[in-house]
Order: sequence, then structure tokens, then C-alpha cells
Amino acid sequence: MEVDSGSSSPGRKRRLLRLYYSSGPEPPPQQQEPEPCDINGAHFDPEIYLNKLRKECSLAELMDQESCMVKQIRSLDSDMQTLVYENYNKFISATDTIRKMKNDFKKMEDEMDCLSTNMSAITEFSARISGTLQDQHTQITKLSGVHTLLRKLQFLFELPARLNKCLELQAYAQAVSSHRRARCVLQQYSHMPSFRGIQDDCHAIMERLAHQLRQKFRDGGTSAKELSECVELLLQLEEPAEELCDKFLSHAQTRLEEDLRSLEAELKDSTVTNVSGDSARNPSSPSETLMSIHLISPASRADILEFIDRGCNEFVSNLCLVIASYQELFINRPQEGNLAFKNIPQMANSKLHLFVDSLASKYFSLVERRIQEEKGVGDNSLLVRALDRFHRRLQAVSKLLPGSAVPSQGTEIVIQAARERIKQYLSALQSFYLESLTDIRQALAAPRLSVGGTNTAGGGVHTGACTPGKEAPPSLPELLSSLSNSILNQIKSVLASVHLFTTKDITFSNKPYFRGEFCSHGVREGLVVSFIKFICQSSRNFCESAGDRGGSTPPVLLLLLSRLCLDYETSTISYILTLTDEQFLVMHQSPVTAVTALCEEAREAAQKLLNHYVKVQGLIISQMLRKSVETRDWVNTIEPRNVRAVMKRVVEDTTSIDVQVGLLYEEGVRKAHSSDSSKRTFSVYSSSRQQIRYAPSYTPSAPMDTNLLSNIHKLFSERIDIFSPVEFNKVSVLTGIIKISLKTFLECVRLRTFGRYGLQQIQVDCHYLQMYLWRFVSDENLVHFLLDEIVGSAAHRCLDPSPMEQSVIEVICERG
Amino acid sequence: MEDDAPVIYGLEFQARALTAQTAETDAIRFLVGTQSLKFDNQIHIIDFDDENNIINKNVLLHHAGEIWHISASPADKGVLTTCYNKTSESRVLTCAAVWRMPLEWESGSHESPDDSSNSPQTLELLCHLDNTAHGNTACVLWEPMGDGKRVISLADSHVVLWDLQESSTKATISSSATLEGKGQLKFTSGKWSPHHNCTQLATANDTAIRGWDLRSMSQIFCIENAHGQLVRDLDFNPNKQYYLASCGDDCKVKFWDVRHINEPVKTLEEHSHWVWSVKYNHSHDQLLLTASSDSRVILSNMVSISSEPFGHLVDDDDLSDNEETHHEEKSKEPLQDSIISTYEEHEDSVYAVEWSSADPWLFASLSYDGRLVINRVPRALKYRILL
Repeated sequence: MEVDSGSSSPGRKRRLLRLYYSSGPEPPPQQQEPEPCDINGAHFDPEIYLNKLRKECSLAELMDQESCMVKQIRSLDSDMQTLVYENYNKFISATDTIRKMKNDFKKMEDEMDCLSTNMSAITEFSARISGTLQDQHTQITKLSGVHTLLRKLQFLFELPARLNKCLELQAYAQAVSSHRRARCVLQQYSHMPSFRGIQDDCHAIMERLAHQLRQKFRDGGTSAKELSECVELLLQLEEPAEELCDKFLSHAQTRLEEDLRSLEAELKDSTVTNVSGDSARNPSSPSETLMSIHLISPASRADILEFIDRGCNEFVSNLCLVIASYQELFINRPQEGNLAFKNIPQMANSKLHLFVDSLASKYFSLVERRIQEEKGVGDNSLLVRALDRFHRRLQAVSKLLPGSAVPSQGTEIVIQAARERIKQYLSALQSFYLESLTDIRQALAAPRLSVGGTNTAGGGVHTGACTPGKEAPPSLPELLSSLSNSILNQIKSVLASVHLFTTKDITFSNKPYFRGEFCSHGVREGLVVSFIKFICQSSRNFCESAGDRGGSTPPVLLLLLSRLCLDYETSTISYILTLTDEQFLVMHQSPVTAVTALCEEAREAAQKLLNHYVKVQGLIISQMLRKSVETRDWVNTIEPRNVRAVMKRVVEDTTSIDVQVGLLYEEGVRKAHSSDSSKRTFSVYSSSRQQIRYAPSYTPSAPMDTNLLSNIHKLFSERIDIFSPVEFNKVSVLTGIIKISLKTFLECVRLRTFGRYGLQQIQVDCHYLQMYLWRFVSDENLVHFLLDEIVGSAAHRCLDPSPMEQSVIEVICERG
Repeated sequence: MEDDAPVIYGLEFQARALTAQTAETDAIRFLVGTQSLKFDNQIHIIDFDDENNIINKNVLLHHAGEIWHISASPADKGVLTTCYNKTSESRVLTCAAVWRMPLEWESGSHESPDDSSNSPQTLELLCHLDNTAHGNTACVLWEPMGDGKRVISLADSHVVLWDLQESSTKATISSSATLEGKGQLKFTSGKWSPHHNCTQLATANDTAIRGWDLRSMSQIFCIENAHGQLVRDLDFNPNKQYYLASCGDDCKVKFWDVRHINEPVKTLEEHSHWVWSVKYNHSHDQLLLTASSDSRVILSNMVSISSEPFGHLVDDDDLSDNEETHHEEKSKEPLQDSIISTYEEHEDSVYAVEWSSADPWLFASLSYDGRLVINRVPRALKYRILL
């Protein structure tokens, strides 16, 4: 039993200890089923344990259990004894300590008693002293109160004088602050007559002060800083803010308008200088100096950069200053309680916007006028820099005044200027082109007139590339290459100038307009494409105007231009456009003119020019032939001895045209052309045909003749188109010209009546033409056919058709 | 809709002169004059049977010489004028004369054509329009819609107005005018205006077109350089009094408003060689024929400058509902100026083209090799114009 209680008490202690030390949650006791059989457990029940043992264990085990248990009990017993011995000394010393403490406390209690009596004595003394001092203290407090009041009163009484003094000294700020301090008091005690007097005085003074301030405000001379001071004071004086805003702005306006006026005067001055030219530039001209006395000296006519600089430095910076001080005064001012003025910032802001907008628009109109005066296309960089500066300075305004439309309007102006510029460049290019053409005309005309003409021609083409020799007139290919080179150079230089608009360091170059529309729509379409179109258009115009008014354009020019257009079609256009696209990194957002379309147009123009060339040259030769047929009396002509001079002329002209065209165009292909087709075989062939043709006309069976004629027609199943488009080669061009000439010859012959010798003359002439013309054409049969037709028609129109012997014809022709 | 094939008729001789028989309004009849220096020249009377597509021809002999121009009286079916070449003493002179066709030619027409050519009848000379002082006669013009009493001849640089008296057997000069100017001026062709009470005449010489007032015989307008080259022919718009078409060696056909002669109203450039003849359709002036030495005849539809630019104008009162819808449809898609068709039946230069006086949808063209082609306006177009 002793063992049991001993074993149970340490378990409880442990639990208590655990309870004390660990604030953590204890495992809930219900979890453990009370185990009566656990000998160390809290719920150990010896009876149950014994019964259990008895039930479960054999005798031997029981014996073992018992002996084991006895052993354990003994060891526990000895442990207990050792513990008791060990702790005994500690109990003893604890008892001693407690006893000693008891003594010490007793002493301390005495001392505490003594202290409390002393304290009560002190309290008593203190109460007595304060009782005696009470009266004096209240008196002092009263006195000091009176003192401050008196000082305030003194301040008030002195206030009018002080204010007057401040006014005299113009120390307005002090006056206002003084008055502000007194104002409330005066207001409060205004029912007392003396105070009323002061207040009235003050009012009068302040009135005067305000008046003076306003005067100063109205006065133009004050600087911006003083002005702002004024405004601040007036605001403190509870002047109506709106009125102040208006006044402030109107004052600023007069000053800014003065800036603008001076700018405008400069603008006028520059136009005057423009008009009066050199005399205005002369600094010695006194009237000019007088006129622009406060402007920059008239000697140096302000360029646009200077103008913009002036505008920026004077107007824009002043404007910024005004905006800044205005905002300082009216908008960003810390609100001082006064609820009535809560809407000041909005009101002030809207006023400011109106003000800035109206002034800026005036400024912009001036700038626009100035920009419009920039007509010369020589140096673009100046304009670009000026625009850049203009744009850059406006950014300051946009920073100061975030919602303002001014910067966007400024950008608009820049864009407008850029557009205008492109137009100017286009017209410059166009006039350059036309000038070049005039030069070429001169160069073409010059060799015939004088050799000296080449000089002007060479100088006229600006590149100077074509001054080959002073004596030799420039040949066609040289003229062509110099023309196309100078045009190309001009385009390149214009592109370079325009490119300045998009340089990285220009502020506006990153605006969306300059990245997209300017490149694609402005430069590519508006400048390059338009120029190419202009070339084509003006070329086409040559064809139309010259047709009616009879060869105002030299045919050689037509030929030259046709080659130029063809060159453009094959290479130049795509080169120029690629160049443009590369330089400007054109993003094709909007549809642009395709290279192929332009090439198409150029080719069309080239074709038209060449057709027209053929037509003009053909008509020149036709005219000769027609005159020669129409003016002669073919009935009464003499027997032919010679080839008529006009035929020789025709052959000569054709040869020179051949040379001319050969300079610019390739040879081209001939149809079934055998180089050794000698004159003889050809003559026999044609003469035999002629014999057959003539034969029926002697016989009375007329119907056969027409049949034969139509049969011959059928040999050429292909219908001959006289004025038909030609190909871009020499043979085709010459074929066209010869076709036109011979067809004219034919039609003229059909309108005449011939005598015997008239027919023979035609025979001789046609044979002569046959001898020389076949070599120029693509299909010699064409010449044969047309000449046969001519001779045939002449035979029909002959009163006495007796043809000449072929051999005689040949002799005459070979002779000359 | 299939169009009828062209009808082709071949003459034995070369020919330039063609006219419709103006006074004949029932039968489709054309007169062709031949050019031959060696044989007797003929006038072929070509009757076209529209229903059977058959040509009947009659030949009359014209002994006087080769015919350069022919023109039929607007009043008398049997009367016509020719300009012909007369060769005498190795001189060639172009003369003009008024002729009457023998009355019996029609009776012989029903025999076989081969027989009739064997025994051709001869034209009866009424009178000469000659004045040797005037020189070569380029053409003779009858007064349009007149009584067949007045003709104009253009001879070298002279305009001569003749009065025909005593059933055209006597011609007297009633007035004349002369073209003044540098060099040798020669009229190439002319046209008597059907407007202004037939008091105006237009002539062509070289590159200029001139207008004349016949009452005063003075020039009223002059289009210098109307064409780049020679002006070959001109024609008045039958319905618009100030409008005039001209053609020439610059391959162009130009339309003029004679009140504004600085610029042509319109220019066509469809031919590839000289244009020799231009003819307005008598009833529908948007239809225009041109003949050229490129062997082509071109029929154009010049709606925009015609008297009916918006199609055939019909009074609203006359329209039944049905027609009204038709009208609307048409106004939705008005005809554009266009080339209707190019006729390529000829193989030589075509010097003359004429509308029939009886059937406004039919025309003839004549090429130098003696081929006469009769064509019709395409049916589709005809119905579009009519409906």
C-alpha cells in the first residue's frame, strides 16, 4: 500500500508540474482509458491487477513477478531514503533565512512611520505658503492680461499711422499683413465708436492702398514679378479674383501683343526688303533704317531661323512666364479657407486657356505668314531648324498648360509647312525639268545655227556633266544621259532636303504624321510619283499640242523624250522609288501607286512620243512628196531624164532619220531579210510584177484588172495600218515613217491625171525609192507593195500608158 | 440578235463618187460614178431590195469624162449633177454639169443585168455649170430640202451660186464669192447648211474651215488650222444648227460648235489614215459615218454631242405605263460615246460613204477599187435608239 501511494504521488506531481510549465494544451485525460493494470499509472488498482495476474499467469510466472516486484520495491525504498537525506540540509537553511527576515522587517516599519510624519508636516507648510501667495498671483495674471490687451489696442490705434507710413514707403506687403491682422477685431468691435473710427480710417487707407496697387497694376511699366506681388496683395485684400484675372491677363496681353507687333513689323519689313531688293539691303539707305529703327538692322534681312528665334525668345518665353506666374497666383495658390473662392482655379484656368489660345493664334498666323514667305528651295535645313525650334519651344507651353490646344496647333503648322514645302519642291522639280527641256531644245537647235551654242547648252544643264568639247555639239546620247542624270541628281538632292524633316534630332520627326503620312503620302506620292507623272504628262502634251499647231516641237526632242520615258520604264522609276522607300522607310499604310503602274504610264508616254515622232517625221516627208505631186503638170511633162530631186531628198532625209534613231534605239529585227538580196533580183521581181499589172490595162477587159488588183491585195492578207503604233526599235520606226510617206504618195498620185511621160517619171522615181528604201524597213515586201501600188495607180490614171523599159529606168536611177 | 451580212457589189471601174438619190424616199437607191480614162464612164444606179437582200443595178453612160463628184437633186429624182474631168489638148479640166436620167431606165431594170450593160442608155445633159474663169470644180451642192432650183459649185477658190431655170436647162450665176488669201487657194469640199433657212455654207480649203452667208456672199466664220493637215470633208449636224463635223488627213474627226471655234467640241482619232468622208445620219444625229483610206468605214455613236444626249425624249403624256418603265430603264444606262463598229469589207481606200435617203438605218460605202458595200446599223443599237 505504501508503494501504491508512493507511486501515485509522483505521477500527480508530474502532472501538476507539466501543467505549470507548459502552457500548451495538455493531452486530454479522457483519451487515456484508465488503466488499472498499469502499475505506474494513476488509476492503478491493486485488486484488479492481482486478479488479472492470478488469472493470466502460471505459478512460475507469478513467482517471478513477485520476486521482481519485491526487488523493485526495495530499490524504490532506498531511493526515497537517499532523497530525504539530501534535502534535509536545505530545509534547515531555509528556516534560518525566514527567521532573519522577520527581524529586518520590524526595523523597516519604524523608519516608515517616521517618514510619514515628516511628510504630513511638509504638506501643512506648503498649504500655508500658497494661502498667503494666492492674492498676488491673481493680481499678476490680471495685470499681464491687461498688458496684452493694451498692446493690441495700441496696435490698433497706431494702425492707421502705420499703414500710412507703409503706404508712403510703398511697403504694401507689410501694410496688407498688418491690416489683415486687425481686420477681424475691428470688425468685431465695430459697434464701439472709437474702434469704428479706427476701422474707417483703416478702410480709407486700405482703399487708397488698393487704389494704388491697382494703379500700379494698370501701369504698364511694372515687371512681371512686381505685378505678381501686386496681384497677391490684392487678392489678400479680397479683391474679386475674376477681375484680377482679367486685369492680369489684359496687362500681360498688352505686353505680349507688343512682342507680336514687333514680330509683325519685322515681317512687314522683310517683305519690304523682299520687294525693294538690293536698295533695302543697303544699310546706308536712311529711310529704311528709320523705318525699322527698333527692329534688327535692315542690313541683314532676317532669315526664318532668326525670325522664329525672336518669336521664341520674346513671345513664347514671355507667354510661358505669364502662364507660370498666373498659375502661381490664381490656380496653384493654397486655399485659405474662403469657401466663396473655391471655384477660382477653374475660372482662372478657363480664362487662361482663352487668353493663351487667342494670343497663340495671332502668333501662329504671323509664323504662318513668315513660313509662306519661304519660297526659295535652296536651303531646307534652315527652315527645318526653324520649325524644329518653333515646335520645341511650344512643348514648354504644353508642359505648363497640359490641356491646351496650342502645341497641337503648332504641330499642325509644322505639318502644313512640310506639305507646302513638298509642293514647292515638286514645282521646283517641274520647272527644272522644263528648263532642262528648253536647254535641250537650244542644244538641238544650236549646231545648225552656230557652234558657240553648245556652251550655253552645256551650262544650262546644271550638273555640267555635258560639256564634252567646246567645238563638238553634244550628240543625242550625250544629251539624253546628261538630261536623265541631271534630273536624277535633282531628285536626289530634293529627297535629301526633304529628308531633313524626318531626321532623328528634330523634335517633330516622331510625330505620327512625319513617320507615316509624310513619308508615304507626302514624299513618295506627292513628290516623287507626282514628278514622274508630270514627266509623262508633259511628254504626252508634246504629242497633243504639236499635232495641231504644226511641229512646234522638234522631232528630235520627241525621240529623245521617248527614249527617256522608256529608260524610266525599264530602270529609273524603280530605282527612284526604291531610293525613296529606303530613305524614308515608307510604311505603306495607305495604298500607294505601284511601280508597275508608273512604269506602265511611262511606257505609254514613250510609246505615244515615238508614235508621234513617226507621225511628225512621216508628215514632213509626206509633205514633200505631196507638194511634188500636186504642183506638177503630169500630163505635159517631158520625158524623164533624171530622178526628181525630191526623191533624192526623201532618201537623204530617211537616211538621216535612220542615223538619228539609231543613236537612241536598237536596230530591231527584220522580217525575212536576206542581206544579199541584190538590187538586180529585186528589180526583176518587181518589174515582172509590173509587167503583169500593166498588161491588162491595154486590153479592153477592164474587170480582170480589178480582180487582179484584189488578188494582189490578198497576197498581203495582213492589212497595212498606216499610222499604227511602232515598236521601240529603229527598224520599226523607219518602217512607220516610210509607210506614211509612201501611202501619201499613193493617195496623191490617185488624185492626178498623168501623161505618158508623167507615168514614166513616176516609174523612175519609184524605182529609185525601191533601190534605197528597202534597207530601212522590217519587211521589204511592204515597200515593194506600196511602190507597186503607186506605179499601178499612176498607170491607171494615165491617158497614154506606155511604160518605160526597165533597163532604161535602171540606167537613169544608177546615174543619179 | 443577228445582223444581216453586208451586201457587196463590184463595179468594173475605179470609183470615187457616191450619192444617195436624195429625192427618193421609198426605194433604197444609190448613184455611183466611175473613174476611167480609157472607157466611157458610167453612172450605176444601185437599187437595194431590203427584204431579199438583193441588189439591182442599172447603168447609164456618162460620156463626158471620169466622175469625181456626184450629187442628186433633192427635188427631182431624175436630176443629178456631176463633176467630171475633161481632157482636151493635153489639159485636164474639171467641169460640172446638170444631167437628167432617161425616163426609161427603170423599165429596163427587170431584164438581166448583163444585158442591160450591153445597151446602156445615156444621160441627158441639161446644162453646164461652167465658167472657165472659175477653174476646176471640186463639188456641186444642191440646196438642201429645196425645190431643186439652186446649186452651189466650188471651183478652185470661187463659190458660185447658180439659179437653174427652165426645168434646169439653163443655169445662171446669181452670185459668187472668191476666197482671198496668199498662194493658190483651192476648195476641197463644202456643205450647204440645212439650217438658218439654207443661207449658210461651210467650205474647206487646206487646213481651214470657213462659213459663208449666201445672202451677202461673205465669210461669217473661219476655223484656221481646223485639222493638222488638209480638211477632206465636213457635214452639218441635221438637228443642231451650230454643230459641224469635219475630217482630214490628220486621221481625225472633229466636232465643232461654230460659235466657239477655238477648240473642237470633241475629237475622234480612230482611223489609221486620212479620213475622206464624214456623214451624219439624217434622222439620228448621234450616228456618224466616216470613211478612210485605211480601207475602213467606222460607225460611231456620238451621244453626248447629239440632239438627243439623254436618249430619245418622249413626252410623258404619250407614254403608257409599259413604255414608261422602258424609258426609265434607258435613262438608267444612257448610251456612251462609242465606236459601234468598224466595217472592214473594203480592201482599198474608201473615199465615199452615204446614208440612204429612204432607210435611216442603212448606208453604202465605196472604195477606189469599185467595191460598193451596203451595211446596216446593228439592230441592237437601232432598237436602243428607237425604244
